[in-house]
Amino acid sequence: MDVVPGVDPRAPLLEVTDLHVEFRTQYGVAKAVNGANFWLSPGETLAILGESGCGKSVTAQAIMGILESPPGYITKGSIMYRGVDLLGIPEEQRRKVRANRIAMIFQDALSALNPVYTVGFQLAELFRMHRGMSRAEAKRRSIELLDQVKIPGAKDRINDYPHQFSGGMRQRVMIAMALALDPEVLIADEPTTALDVTVQAQIMGLLADLQKQRNMGLILITHDMGVVADVADRISVMYAGKVVEEAPVYDIYARPAHPYTRALLESIPRLDMKGQQLNVIRGLPPALTDVPRGCAFNPRCRYAKDACRQDPAPPAYSVAPHRTARCHFFREVLGE
Amino acid sequence: MFRYIVRRLLQMVLTFFGATFVVFALTFANQDDPLQALAGERPITESQRLALTERYHLNESFLTQYWYYMKGLLTGDLGTSLTGQKISAMLANAWPVTVKLALLAIVIAATIAVTAGVYSAIKRGGLFDNVTLIATLVVLAMPIVVLAPLAQLIFGIKLGWFPPTATRDASLWDLLLPALVLGSLVIATELRVTRTSVVENLRADYVRTARAKGLTRRRVIWVHVLRNSLIPVVTLIGVDLGGLMSGAIVTEKIFNIPGVGFNIARAITTEDGPLVVGFVSVLVIIFLVVNLLVDLLYAALDPRIRYE
Ligand SMILES: Nc1ncnc2c1ncn2[C@@H]1O[C@H](COP(=O)(O)OP(=O)(O)OP(=O)(O)O)[C@@H](O)[C@H]1O
Ligand code: SF4
Ligand SMILES: [Mg+2]
Repeated sequence: MDVVPGVDPRAPLLEVTDLHVEFRTQYGVAKAVNGANFWLSPGETLAILGESGCGKSVTAQAIMGILESPPGYITKGSIMYRGVDLLGIPEEQRRKVRANRIAMIFQDALSALNPVYTVGFQLAELFRMHRGMSRAEAKRRSIELLDQVKIPGAKDRINDYPHQFSGGMRQRVMIAMALALDPEVLIADEPTTALDVTVQAQIMGLLADLQKQRNMGLILITHDMGVVADVADRISVMYAGKVVEEAPVYDIYARPAHPYTRALLESIPRLDMKGQQLNVIRGLPPALTDVPRGCAFNPRCRYAKDACRQDPAPPAYSVAPHRTARCHFFREVLGE
Repeated sequence: MFRYIVRRLLQMVLTFFGATFVVFALTFANQDDPLQALAGERPITESQRLALTERYHLNESFLTQYWYYMKGLLTGDLGTSLTGQKISAMLANAWPVTVKLALLAIVIAATIAVTAGVYSAIKRGGLFDNVTLIATLVVLAMPIVVLAPLAQLIFGIKLGWFPPTATRDASLWDLLLPALVLGSLVIATELRVTRTSVVENLRADYVRTARAKGLTRRRVIWVHVLRNSLIPVVTLIGVDLGGLMSGAIVTEKIFNIPGVGFNIARAITTEDGPLVVGFVSVLVIIFLVVNLLVDLLYAALDPRIRYE
């Protein structure tokens, strides 16, 4: 089904270039995203990592086109989906891209689902509104979906309300909803943060399985480096609204090229470090209304030199094929 | 749920006795010489006075009078007014037009309040929002004893758009002006509550999900946001019913509509105690039943509510 004219199936799946998003509030302009770049291929998992407030969710919302505006505005950049710039098409076409082509699941499924409608209604609505199915047909498909995300007794649970499900089951409902219309891209914004550790693993496993079956591109947003090691193919590390390092997962874990990535890795608690002081990054991320000159990370960086405190900010240096880092001294960090 | 309803019914019985007792006491305390008030300017003979006093137990103590009254009420006998008419017959005559008026007022007020409330919430800070804000402030500041005669004078008499009075068999159109006046009692608060509630819900996470599902803006608002936003509004409509009832007394009197409120207003001026108490008792029952229904509707709107 062709939801957007001009889509070229051979063009890259998703390419975000130089994305800028700002929030114009009464306290000033907060530059939440300051030139984010990344791409995604079918069947691939890209993890977006970063501390709280670095702009991960805002980037996701910009891709989905669900930024609250005002106060949020996309001021620059492009989001290319199969050769079409999503920022340049009319809202009506943009709306059809959502759920049909690019879908999203959210962190807290309890608040993300509408409390006053049954999950069956909220699932069936997708089929009825986008596919024009009858109620009965939509219901049948909804039960199938709940089966696919392994909710026991789907036939009966379809009439339950979100609050009647456990946290893990609710997140499965969210996943079912996101996958209903067979999207090519799935954005999962901290899908397991609100869950118990054992349930987290089940949900991640389910996501990985479904992704493989459908050859979907998956953007996994998280601030937990431990989670991504198993599932991600590539990682984009964000800091203060910029992608500061982008690399295949193996390379990042073996040899980070950006001091921030390095610090993040050192902050993962490991069994073999038992008893040692956990290395937490000192200082706080900058206020987005007042980002430091030069490299935004410089006040917290142990490699920082004078050049880092002056504009221009470090560009995305090419570290290796398919690998970039925004650090003037990436060679030093790599240990070359 | 069943236990909840039973408990509510028991509460209603208590409230009913309490409320009728208060009304009875007030009427009793207010009585000066009801028989003379009834007779107007004409003198009453001593024998007439004795007979009437006997019939209405006027010389008995307050509690005995209340006891007689309750006994009658519970056996389905609302008693006899001081004018000698059966109160149940008067009620049967009066209620249809009042129900029409009240329903019309509630429907008009709720429809306007919800629609305008949703639009001002969507376009908050815009022209429409500001105009409705000012309009609601004006309506809130205007007591019905001023608004009703004013509306009657302007739209009923000067402009002649609506009939200035209505009969027992009034059509909906005849009742439109008084219904608007009556509805104005509650429309302002209903509108403000709707607006606040919609603004709050628009920020909710589930709205973001609904948009991420590629639903149209219209569907996001009128299906997803509205149902959640209506929850506090429905409660308010139940609470407002009491205000509507007292408003109906004034409105019916001014527009000369021979309904329940009109009868109560007249009974109060003629010190017709049995009539006041009889009609008000029925209003109390209606108020209690409607509030129970509103609570059940509330549960239907919000499935998270499970009454214990
Ligand atoms: N509606 C909004 N109005 C104003 N500022 C906003 C709004 N939404 C986000 N921001 C700002 O944008 C910045 C980035 O927020 P974002 O939600 O993308 O962070 P995040 O990386 O997802 O963090 P977390 O890990 O906590 O989810 C934050 O500093 C936040 O204050
Ligand atoms: S550019 Fe300078 S301050 Fe920024 S990360 Fe590299 S070394 Fe640190
Ligand atoms: Mg976030």
